[in-house]
Amino acid sequence: MKTNKQLALVIDLNVCVGCHACVTSCKEWNTQGSAGPLNDLHAYGENPTGTFFNRVQTYEAGSFPKMETVHFPKSCLHCEDPPCVPVCPTGASYKRAEDGIVLVDYDKCIGCKYCAWACPYGARELDEERQVMTKCTLCVDRIYSETLPESERKPACVLACPTSARIFGDVHDPLSEASIAIKERGGYSLMPEWETRPANQYLPRSIMDTIQAVMDEN
Amino acid sequence: MFKLFSSAPVHDPIGKQKPIDEIKKTTCYMCACRCGIRAHLREGELVYIDGNPDHPLNKGVICAKGSAGIMKQKSPARITQPLLRKAGSDRGEGAFEPISWERVFEILSERLGKIRATDPKKFALFTGRDQMQALTGLFARQFGTPNYAAHGGFCSVNMAAGMIYTIGGSFWEFGGPDLERAKLFIMIGTAEDHHSNPMKIALSKFKRAGGRFISINPVRTGYSAIADEWIPIKPGTDGALFMALMHELIRKEKFDAPFLQRYSNSGQLVCLDTGPEEGLFLYDPDSEQINLDLPHNKYVWDEKTNSARPCFEAGVSPALKGEYIMGPGPHAGKKVAPAFELLRRQVADTTPEWAASITGISAERIRQLANEMAHAAFEQAFELPIQWTDVWGVEHDKVIGRPVAFHAMRGLSAHSNGFQTTRGLAVLMSLLGTIDRPGGFRHKAPYPRQVPPNIKPPSSEADIKPNTPLGKAPLGWPTQPEDLALDNNEQPLRIDKAYSWEHPLAAHGLMHNVITNAVKGDPYTIDTLMIFMANMSWNSTMNTMQVRELLNSKNADGEFKIPFLVVCDAFQSEMVDFADLVLPDTTYLERHDVMSMLDRPISEFEGPVDSVRIPVLPPMGECKPFQEVLVELASRLKLPAFTTADGQRKFTGYTDFITRFETAPDSGIGFLAGWRGKDGEKSLRGEPNANQWQEYADNNCVFQYHMPEEHHYMRNWNRSYLDFAKANAIRQKNDPIMIAVYSDILQKFRLAAQGKRPGRIPPEHLKKRIEKYFDPLPFWYPPLEEEVTDLNTFNLNAITQRPMAMYHSWDSQNAWLRQIHSHNYLFVNTKTATEQGIADGAWIWIESQWGKVKCMARHSEAVDPGTVWTWNAIGKAESAWSLAANADESKKGFLLNHLITEELALGGFTVSNSDPITGQAGWYDVRVKLALADASEPAETWPQVKAFTVPGMPLGKNAKNAGEFE
Repeated sequence: MKTNKQLALVIDLNVCVGCHACVTSCKEWNTQGSAGPLNDLHAYGENPTGTFFNRVQTYEAGSFPKMETVHFPKSCLHCEDPPCVPVCPTGASYKRAEDGIVLVDYDKCIGCKYCAWACPYGARELDEERQVMTKCTLCVDRIYSETLPESERKPACVLACPTSARIFGDVHDPLSEASIAIKERGGYSLMPEWETRPANQYLPRSIMDTIQAVMDEN
Repeated sequence: MFKLFSSAPVHDPIGKQKPIDEIKKTTCYMCACRCGIRAHLREGELVYIDGNPDHPLNKGVICAKGSAGIMKQKSPARITQPLLRKAGSDRGEGAFEPISWERVFEILSERLGKIRATDPKKFALFTGRDQMQALTGLFARQFGTPNYAAHGGFCSVNMAAGMIYTIGGSFWEFGGPDLERAKLFIMIGTAEDHHSNPMKIALSKFKRAGGRFISINPVRTGYSAIADEWIPIKPGTDGALFMALMHELIRKEKFDAPFLQRYSNSGQLVCLDTGPEEGLFLYDPDSEQINLDLPHNKYVWDEKTNSARPCFEAGVSPALKGEYIMGPGPHAGKKVAPAFELLRRQVADTTPEWAASITGISAERIRQLANEMAHAAFEQAFELPIQWTDVWGVEHDKVIGRPVAFHAMRGLSAHSNGFQTTRGLAVLMSLLGTIDRPGGFRHKAPYPRQVPPNIKPPSSEADIKPNTPLGKAPLGWPTQPEDLALDNNEQPLRIDKAYSWEHPLAAHGLMHNVITNAVKGDPYTIDTLMIFMANMSWNSTMNTMQVRELLNSKNADGEFKIPFLVVCDAFQSEMVDFADLVLPDTTYLERHDVMSMLDRPISEFEGPVDSVRIPVLPPMGECKPFQEVLVELASRLKLPAFTTADGQRKFTGYTDFITRFETAPDSGIGFLAGWRGKDGEKSLRGEPNANQWQEYADNNCVFQYHMPEEHHYMRNWNRSYLDFAKANAIRQKNDPIMIAVYSDILQKFRLAAQGKRPGRIPPEHLKKRIEKYFDPLPFWYPPLEEEVTDLNTFNLNAITQRPMAMYHSWDSQNAWLRQIHSHNYLFVNTKTATEQGIADGAWIWIESQWGKVKCMARHSEAVDPGTVWTWNAIGKAESAWSLAANADESKKGFLLNHLITEELALGGFTVSNSDPITGQAGWYDVRVKLALADASEPAETWPQVKAFTVPGMPLGKNAKNAGEFE
């Protein structure tokens, strides 16, 4: 589906410290907004679980002592060719022409979970209470809000992130902050072999090595 | 019907929610960072919290905890009524009856009034949060009891004291790394919870500007994940690393000699002759003392004239090496050396090879690290064209920047060698010339302060009298044995034995000792223990299970050994069950509060910043802010600061108290620095302004004072800044704050132990201990616990830290945050685990020589093979915090605290398991071994402990779907 504008997030793994600000700020915005409420099951009991549009996983790569710890935030990547859209039997899953945001129409969704099977990124969650599929909306209600100040018409997670690890913008506009970051820092797609062409991009880790002068002195 | 088959969406993703109709600004409380937040309300209901973009501290960002503040407000663990334990019931049974606040105040005024009139020290007040000590400390002082402290003695007093006794400031609220201009940043022993959002903001910018970030830590999580290099280190050995780094820098003469000569006591002459002056500075009777508490009239050996000269004489060139004989004069013939010469000797043998065997870091890496630090400090030095005049009248036209910065926290502190380790870091930073300079370490107001600040704790029985405020502040900074808190029989004055010979420089008290000492009656029994927001019967204690038993222990006559226990908290923590009287505190969204310059404000490098909280919501139920309770009690007890000259109540309540209280009559110094003066036109100092709270409310709840550029750097020695600080009562005096590379204060205690000093001497059994540890120069020693541990059997170090998404024990009752961490594992290096046949996720026993716990193991490559670790305070007692009986926190979560001992038997006597200088709890010293649990054992953690629901908890366990905002 070709769109002129493709809004997306660029996530900088070089500065994400795994604080989970994006996780709960998303939860709190969307649970009070048009995408909500976001369910919590066994909120105070055994195995608490609930609907989150954004999660942070932490991975270890390599082995001690040459290892990396990587904090990895993950939410719907608003693919340019989203597999979750054509599989939906009711047409609830759709990609907007005007800005490329992929959404779920709750009023059509029957909770069959076919989209969750199709999504290679695990970005879709069934809300147990409402029995509809949910996912990141790119805070579409914030970006088109007419009451929020202009500087705040961005996803909640982007404004919350203490390390500014989340950049929001139009990845089809070469002059946007998002596009520039992708170009300058070598932004990459997750699992490109699935040919989903995710709009969200990740910026890789970059290591500042000990400078040569110090190595030589040693 | 056809609409359903059209491709147009039916549900409108943008519209249909009612607008936010009110935004109130206040300050977050989810950790001690205190970011500015905005609370968004819809028809009076709180629906969203975000960071305040106009707040200088966090500039609009907010962390996971802050964003989840709504779920704190909706926590089912809220207590909403004052409760009194039913007569005849046992503590810990949860048998309470609700009572009125009037009854609360009757009970407390009567009981505390009696204590005050007879023996004030029978009342002990201990608080969890350190950031409200201006009021709680004032209350204790006015009441007349020395038995007061916050939790610093348990948490990280070593970090504060080790640096304050060296450079006059420390990390966290007191100061920090200037990451805007640094090129190399070294973070040591820092867990995920400090220093929170400002650190995250600064670190991200630093990395993007191309800075190099090294993390030295046994574990690689949180911030360390984005370090350019992780240097694993064995816990408790950082001091050895610092000694080796200093060895290298000194060996290669790569230290800032001009900085040390002018701004520290490195050049000052220390007497080497045996006797009462041994190891102390010599004083020149013909030079001005300037500061009577810590006189400056010392000598240096001037290289130009090859003679001893007054240290502040213009034009001297102080030698930093060698031994000399004093010439004619009051000290003729005495052998002396500059303090720096003694540091040279101290580090002569602490080679990288020596440190390698202790720390696990290769000697080559240590050498290279020293080179990197020196390179950043000296090859990448820069200048800022700022004009400033030093305290000796010399005008400078620039400030030198040495862009190597550090940050360190509990990983250094929570060891019984933490004080000397922290001193080691502070001296290392001074060698690099990075103190209050751009790109290095910078103070935050009210720091820098004197080394140490001129506040002394009560030092004799005469300081404690019935119906009289304490002669001195309850917490302070001893500088000599005569300052210790001892009674006429040389026994500790305080219940926690702070400032005794066992822990002379116990600047933050020893909260972790209170319950045990009170029950044992050692040094004495008390009557009432009041605890605010401190989970002393759970995670804020060592040896948890024993403490819980002690709380219930009784005398032969059936009376509790601690007769009356008052607990104030907003939530039903494990401590609440043990109370006799429970006071329901409000949440942070329901109260006024101050982050005051009189305590620990949120200052920036460029100037003092203080802030407030104002209520966003009305208090739930009968909740009353703890500060209001204190002001009410203080008024009823007629404590002088709260009573007018003619015996009437002085303040209507907390907000009135904050506005009109002054540190001395007409001093113009109060709790809040902003908008003082009749019309709010004065800053820092001025008459009370009745409109002050409104001004803060109108200004993002924050007041920021911007100092002129001239005052931004070198503040220890910056004449104009020092005058400004004194004029505004930020400091008592305006003399230079000389860096104490050498601590003659520690030497005085050593001399007392050696019998070489007139005055107070320690008891016989402590002499060797004090002689050994009160070294005037930093040194490394193995943690004390190792002396009584079979290191082959207990072959692993066990430590804890807190995750970024939770703070202390009180986020498990937050429905959202507990989905991030509902239980904890013991993280074990994969190789270490597999060598013992421990699979990932296996149930295991961790055992120290003091106790054992059962938990699940998690393989990890991000941990040194000789260390195991877990998240602190996630494990809970069953049903505590209003969680279900089978909640993960109690069934799968666990506390490491059960394995830690409160006491150690060292050298034939028993002493607290703490740093011998400050009393800091050594809870990262514990050594453990692992074993697989038997397959037949129940798949749950051990021990299992029960907690109880108490009356007046409105939301209960039926709250199924948290977060519904219809």
